This record gives sequence, C-alpha cells and structure tokens, in this order.
Amino acid sequence: MIDQFPALQIMVTLVAAPICVMIRNPRWSWVCAMVANTFAFLVSLVLLDKVLDDGVIRYAVGGWAAPSGIEYYIDAMNAAVLVLVSGISAVVLLYAYRSVAKSVPAEKHYLFYTAWMMCVTGLLGIVITGDAFNVFVFLEISSLSMYTLISFGQDRRALTASFRYLVLGSVGASFILIGIGFLYAATGTLNMSDLAVRIPESESQRAVLVAFSFLTMGVLIKSAVFPLHAWLPNAYTHAPVAVTAFLAGTATKVSLYVLLRFFFSVFGKDYSFGQHLLNGVLLPAAVAGFVLMSLVAIFQNDLRRMLAYSSVAQVGYIVAGFSLATQSGLTAGIVHVVNHGMVKACLFMAVGCILYRVGHVHTPSLDNLLKRMPFTCVAFIISGLGLIGVPLTVGFVSKFTLIQASLEKGWWAIAALVLLSSLMAIVYVGRVIEIMVFRRSRETGPESSGMSEAPLSMLIPLYVLVGVSLYFGINGSATLEVAGQAATYLLGGLQ
Amino acid sequence: MKLYPRQRHRVLQVVTKLVIPFVLMFGLYVQFHGDYGPGGGFQAGVIFASAFILHGLIFGLKRTRDVLSPTVLRFMMASGVLLYAGTGLVTMLFGGELLNYSVLAHEPTHGQHWGIFAVELGVGITVTGVMITLFYGFASKR
Repeated sequence: MIDQFPALQIMVTLVAAPICVMIRNPRWSWVCAMVANTFAFLVSLVLLDKVLDDGVIRYAVGGWAAPSGIEYYIDAMNAAVLVLVSGISAVVLLYAYRSVAKSVPAEKHYLFYTAWMMCVTGLLGIVITGDAFNVFVFLEISSLSMYTLISFGQDRRALTASFRYLVLGSVGASFILIGIGFLYAATGTLNMSDLAVRIPESESQRAVLVAFSFLTMGVLIKSAVFPLHAWLPNAYTHAPVAVTAFLAGTATKVSLYVLLRFFFSVFGKDYSFGQHLLNGVLLPAAVAGFVLMSLVAIFQNDLRRMLAYSSVAQVGYIVAGFSLATQSGLTAGIVHVVNHGMVKACLFMAVGCILYRVGHVHTPSLDNLLKRMPFTCVAFIISGLGLIGVPLTVGFVSKFTLIQASLEKGWWAIAALVLLSSLMAIVYVGRVIEIMVFRRSRETGPESSGMSEAPLSMLIPLYVLVGVSLYFGINGSATLEVAGQAATYLLGGLQ
Repeated sequence: MKLYPRQRHRVLQVVTKLVIPFVLMFGLYVQFHGDYGPGGGFQAGVIFASAFILHGLIFGLKRTRDVLSPTVLRFMMASGVLLYAGTGLVTMLFGGELLNYSVLAHEPTHGQHWGIFAVELGVGITVTGVMITLFYGFASKR
C-alpha cells in the first residue's frame, strides 16, 4: 500500500475535481474537496516521514522504468514542499467555506471547489514529478485553474487581474516549455536525473545554454521575482481572499521549487552559478526586489495590496538565499519558502476575516479594530511580527539564517540590506498595527462599539496555522533540519 | 414564394440530417479503431462534437441545446476525467503502478489493450463535452 503513496498524492485530489462537478451542491462539493485534501495532506506527511528515514523514493508511472517513462522522484526537498502545499491548502480550504459563501454566488461554488482541487493537483504534481516535461503539464493544470480561481473575485477588476496573470503566466509557461524542448534536443531525454548526467556530455552546449536562459526567464516570471512581478499585486488584491491566502502560501513557492530543481539538480550548481554567473542576474534582482518592494509596501492603503508587495519582497529574500549557492544559503532560502508560506497564508486569512465583517480593508479606516475583532487582530499582529522577523517567530529563524549565510560568504552589504528591508517591514506592518490598536475611532456610533468577530469556522483554521507557525518559530531546528537535508541533496545532485 | 424560417436552407437541412449519422459513426470508428490505425480519443471526440456543432449551425442553438443540455455536457466532461483517473486507480487496486495496464487482464498485452481502451474512451467523452461547450459559449454571445 505504502508503495502507491506517490501516485495517491496527486490522484486523490484529481479524482475529487470531477466528483465536485457532478455533485453540484455547494456544501457537499466542499465536503468532497475537504476530504480529498485532508487525505492528500496525510499522504504527504507519510511520504516526508519515509523520505527522512529511508532516503529517495522513486515511482515509475505505468510501470515504465525511469529514463524513458515518467517517474515520480521524492527527496527531502520536495517532500517538504508537498507537506507545505497540501497542508496550507487543507487549512485554507476549511477556512474558505464561509469566506467564499459570502463573496461567490452559490451556483458557482462547486466550480470554485473543482478549480481548487485541480490547482492543488497541479501544484502537487509539479513538486512530485521527476520528469521535466511532466513539470510543464502540471504547471499548465495549476496555472489554468489558478486563473479561474482569481476570476471568481467580487468585482470586475478580478477579471482584468486574472487576464493579466493569464498573459504573463502563459509567457512564462511557454518559455519553460521552449527551455525543456531545447534540453530535449540537446540531450534526448526528459528525465531529470538523466538530464543531469547527460547535460555535461552533450555536444550542443549552445542549445543547453539557450534552454538554460529560457527556463530561467520562465521560472522567474512564474515566481514573481522583482522586475517580473507585475501580475502579482493585482491578482492578490482582487482574487477572493481565500484564494489569495492559498496562492500566497503555495503558488509562488512551487515556482521557486522548480527554480531550485532545475538550477541545482538538473543543470548543477557549477553550471548555473559558476559558468554562467546566474548570481550576477539573480542576486541583484533579489536584492533590488526586497528593498524596493518593501519600500512600495509602506505606501499602500489597501491591506491586501500591501501584503502582495511584501510577498514580492519575501520572494526576494528567498532568491537571495538561493543565489548564495552555499549549504547555509540554500537552507535559509528553503526555510523561508516554508516559513513565509505559512505567515503569508495567516496574514491573508486574517485579512479575509476583516473583509468578512468590515466589508473593506482600507487600512486608514480600520481604526480601533482591536475592540471589535480582538481574535482576528491578535492573529494578524502575531503573523505580522513573523513577517518582520521578531525573535520567537518563524520570520526570525529564516532571516537569521539568511544573514548568517551571507556573512559566511563575506557579503556584508547583503546582510545590511536584509536588515534595512526588515526595518521597512516594521514600518509597514507597524503602521497597520498602530491603526488597529491605538487610533481612536473617529465616528463613535453605536455599531463601532461591541464585538463582531468573524465566524469560528474561519477563526479556527486561522489559529491552527498561527499555532503551527509559532511552533516552528520557537522550535526553529525542526524546519532547519529538513531544509538542511534538502540543501545537501540539492548541492550533491540527484542520486 | 414565402418561406417560413424553418423552411429556409432546406437543402442544407436535409443534407445535414443525412450526414450527421455518418459523422457520428466515423467518430466512433476513430475512437475504437485507434488501437490499430490512426485515431484515438482526442480526434474522435472532436469529430463526434463536430456533428453536434453542425447541427447547431444549421438548426440553431436552441434545438441543439434540447438534444444536449449544458448540464449533460458538464457531466460528460467530468465523467471522462473520472474514467481516466478511475482506470489509474483500478490498476493500483490490482497491485500495479498508476496506469500500469498490464495488470488489468491475465496477460500483459491483453491488459494494455483494455487499459488504453478505457483511457481513450475517457479522453473522447471529455473532448466531446469540451468542444460542444466551447461552441455553446461562443455561439450564445451577442
């Protein structure tokens, strides 16, 4: 039975999607999605446990052995990302029921959950597969359903945001496809571990270089690294807020995983960062990203937009960690993928609770919210502190590791800029907290007093995730250990 | 001579009625003969859908919708995917890997045959549904 788990990981949610279409009832299709997603989460936990104990798992789809057939390949790195994706999806889906009930018309609910299931399937598939072309197939599945999910947003701007993402996302996906095509032309194989062996021996190194450039561009667009992030703020602002929480926690993280997989496992560290000076491109983009986007976030008056810009900044930290290309740098990057995924999902869920009760998230008008929605505000403040990187939160663990890694390499300037951008985070998160907690309500109507907290079915998932992130903040070594093992695998190449 | 709307394009209507069964038949041929000759689920689905699209073009969208309502089409799209995925699950139940058709029957070649048959049928049903839905979507826009 346990041998079949890699296949079950994606099959369960894939089967749930058409069943949701057939059910057509909002409540039952949600139940179906929820059951499937919980099961997928349990499967990913078992897989992570097994990988950490016994090492790499390989699964040949259709019984066709690796270089010619499609293979699922699971090591510490993707097992961790699988847990992250399915876990965040499960928690946010639990939360989505009430949140979506208010913002999406009831007759479209089953389609919403169908798209959600397809999206999870795609994301899990990208992560689990060991076949380069299969990555593209799952990328398309997840992206197409993501555009659909975003377009469920309340007003018409969701449609333009979704379309904009569709255009840029398709450019990114086709760049990735062209890159894979060139790799296939140069080496004659699509299996990742086989590619890693054959790329150095390939006679057409120029084709490999072209593939490398296309893949880089494609993945950078998909993961919204700084100059290519134009699709992200609008998509995050106008999508239904549950979708935003889901996407912020998983979608860009999965693209970053693809980046890691291709640069470190397929091309190899020496090719990506030695010969072709990828850090000459990646590092400036990442650093400019986290400094400038933190600065932009300060001036946003819409809470969702502020968090969206902060997301681009956080992607900057992660990529900066990757481009150090050392054991500790990679560890920092991978830990931040997981930590930021949790924190951002929490923040957007809290924003969703505010949106549910207050009806808008215009920051300056959220004065004295602490009195009205104490639990939501406390959750927001805890996660906000995690975003800044206050000790005992997850943000501290990853930023501390990142600064350590850059000092280890002797890049003082990077460490200083990370600190500078954290200071900016204090400003933009602090501003919201100040308004929520300390500012007196301008209108003293009867409705502004009294508590009107979000429903429990939204607060409980929020607090579950806040609790988990606090746990990993206090017990930082748990995630660091997995990330360290993943980094060792990546630097050692595929076995 | 005054023509009622339903009498317009008489020739086209009669020819369409004659052609549609053959188109459907050819679709089924491409579907089920795909193992031996050129063909397969996708092509068959498109051919099968083209019969309905032709019907819609000649007799109007309303009458085609009476034959195949969007609700039925949604079921078709979902059931095709479900058939494909279900085949995968069945192979796993039989102890093989996902979509390893060899375990489906007493000997591998036979099993491969059954597996491909089921999977391609799933593809065909879904593609038919998607094609007609696309046609409905574009044709009902004003």
